[in-house]
Amino acid sequence: MNSGGHSLGTDAWRRLWKNKAATAGLFLITFMLAACIFGPMISPYSHEEMDLLSAHQSPSASFWFGTDELGRDLLTRTLVGGRISFAVAFASTAVSLLIGVTYGGISGYLGGKTDAWMMRIVDVLYALPFTLLVILLITVFERSLVLLFVAIGAVEWLTMARIVRGQILSLRQQEFIEACQVLGYSHARILFRHLLPNVLGTVIIYVTLTIPSIMLLEAFLSFLGLGVQPPMSSWGSLIKDGVGAMEDFPWLMLVPGGALFLTLLALNFLGDGLRDALDPRRGGEG
Amino acid sequence: MLRFLFQRLFLQAIPTLLVLATLSFLLVRLAPGSPFASEKELPEQTLEALNRAYGLDRPLPEQYLRYMGNVLKGDLGPSLTKPGRTVTELIGSALPVSLQLGVLALGYALIVGILLGILAAVNPNRFGDHVSMGVALIGICIPGFVLGPLLALVFGLNLEWLPVMGWESPVHWVLPVISLGSIYAAYIARLARGGMMEELSKDYIRTARAKGLSETRVVFGHALRGGIQPVISFLGPAAAGLLTGAFVVEVIFQIPGLGRVIVNAALNRDQFLVLGCVLLFGALMVVFNTLVDVLLALLNPRIRLEAKEKT
Repeated sequence: MNSGGHSLGTDAWRRLWKNKAATAGLFLITFMLAACIFGPMISPYSHEEMDLLSAHQSPSASFWFGTDELGRDLLTRTLVGGRISFAVAFASTAVSLLIGVTYGGISGYLGGKTDAWMMRIVDVLYALPFTLLVILLITVFERSLVLLFVAIGAVEWLTMARIVRGQILSLRQQEFIEACQVLGYSHARILFRHLLPNVLGTVIIYVTLTIPSIMLLEAFLSFLGLGVQPPMSSWGSLIKDGVGAMEDFPWLMLVPGGALFLTLLALNFLGDGLRDALDPRRGGEG
Repeated sequence: MLRFLFQRLFLQAIPTLLVLATLSFLLVRLAPGSPFASEKELPEQTLEALNRAYGLDRPLPEQYLRYMGNVLKGDLGPSLTKPGRTVTELIGSALPVSLQLGVLALGYALIVGILLGILAAVNPNRFGDHVSMGVALIGICIPGFVLGPLLALVFGLNLEWLPVMGWESPVHWVLPVISLGSIYAAYIARLARGGMMEELSKDYIRTARAKGLSETRVVFGHALRGGIQPVISFLGPAAAGLLTGAFVVEVIFQIPGLGRVIVNAALNRDQFLVLGCVLLFGALMVVFNTLVDVLLALLNPRIRLEAKEKT
């Protein structure tokens, strides 16, 4: 930070910038997010207002991606659906992050028997069919957006817990932690102020992998009609609607499907790039 | 080997199933609201009669013990939305189709994935590598519920080469199997590439090459055994993914399998039916994971020795 030195963060940024695929992914993701957030505001069409006179229009100058069976502009609907898809992905990732990092951190910090038992629980949970547990949760409770966040987040935290625990386990042997203990800091302070910031890089890498997998899970559930409920729509439910009318109006399926594809592709590029940038030991392979 | 199997079964498989069964049973029974209250208001007496008929008026521990006892006997309870049918019956008639779909898709994913991975690993950073990893990256980003309709549109509706619904004959299998398996083929290709590259850089491979063995023998006869270990480890998660991925594929191609049973059960809030499916899938996964571990131990003697040392 001074006299020509570089912080780890700056170094990582530089490596990320040099990676063309990752930079492209970052731009594409930013563009998609901006389009979903601001697009519907400047669009001349509403995502819910019906206009039966212009139903099932092919893509044209006035409707860039055509219209659906109720005459709603597909571009606007896809962007509004994207808001929900992104919101579910971010919120569920936050839930899984909160549980996973806390659980893994505590387990790794305490070590010994407690750690062994906490990880045993994770092992057993790991072997459960998760998607089915989410479906079970959705079956017994009312279907709502909040439940979707919580259900997905609650089953996606396991890998995060394992990763964080492994890192903490090796970090807590180091001298700066001993120093903290000598200084008489509380366990919570040592864990949250001194240990967890050190695993940030690993956590970021894993988050870029979690977001696409959660987006997929949400789209999967919405496609089956178990996720986002009408009148709300996400990419998954738009794809589902599109498949119904696919034979005559293929763009209804292709547009939201394409949006999902591009987003996943961008997140994958970005994730690979971040992994290389934040973890130089791994090098460029993989 | 026997001891290894024993350990896996009693320390991992059985506790997992017990936790799964207990957790899902409690979840279903402790959730607010009666399973019958969903659609229209029923008179008090009818609700009570229904609860009694299905044994839901008993204290919870008794219900739990009875349910678990019945499960062990293979009785998964009555369906709440299909009067007169038992869950075991409904699952039993749909399971073979789903298993067939799953096994075919897994086979397809393994063959395509491993071949792509090897192609990439023997040409690192050259054309073959870029092409196969490019294909794999695209594969990872197209989920089955996008690929399925896309394939149905192109090969079924436009070109009319293949049927887009049903499961009667092998021509019906092509599109669903590809839709379901492709994303896993892509994951497997990446794993196989990594594993093979690592294996091919080891000393014994250099020895084999120095002895003048053909490249085909080196790759398939020597490196493959070690190189596909990451792929074998991934088989557990892949099988779980295939089972659930089959839900959408079965819905898209109108295949009479378990996926459609469970999706309809979830939409209609048929609790015992969903519970039964969850238990069945859990059991299938546990069996499969145990098989994978055995396979890994067979491929890699070190794992067997570790298990021995622990005891």
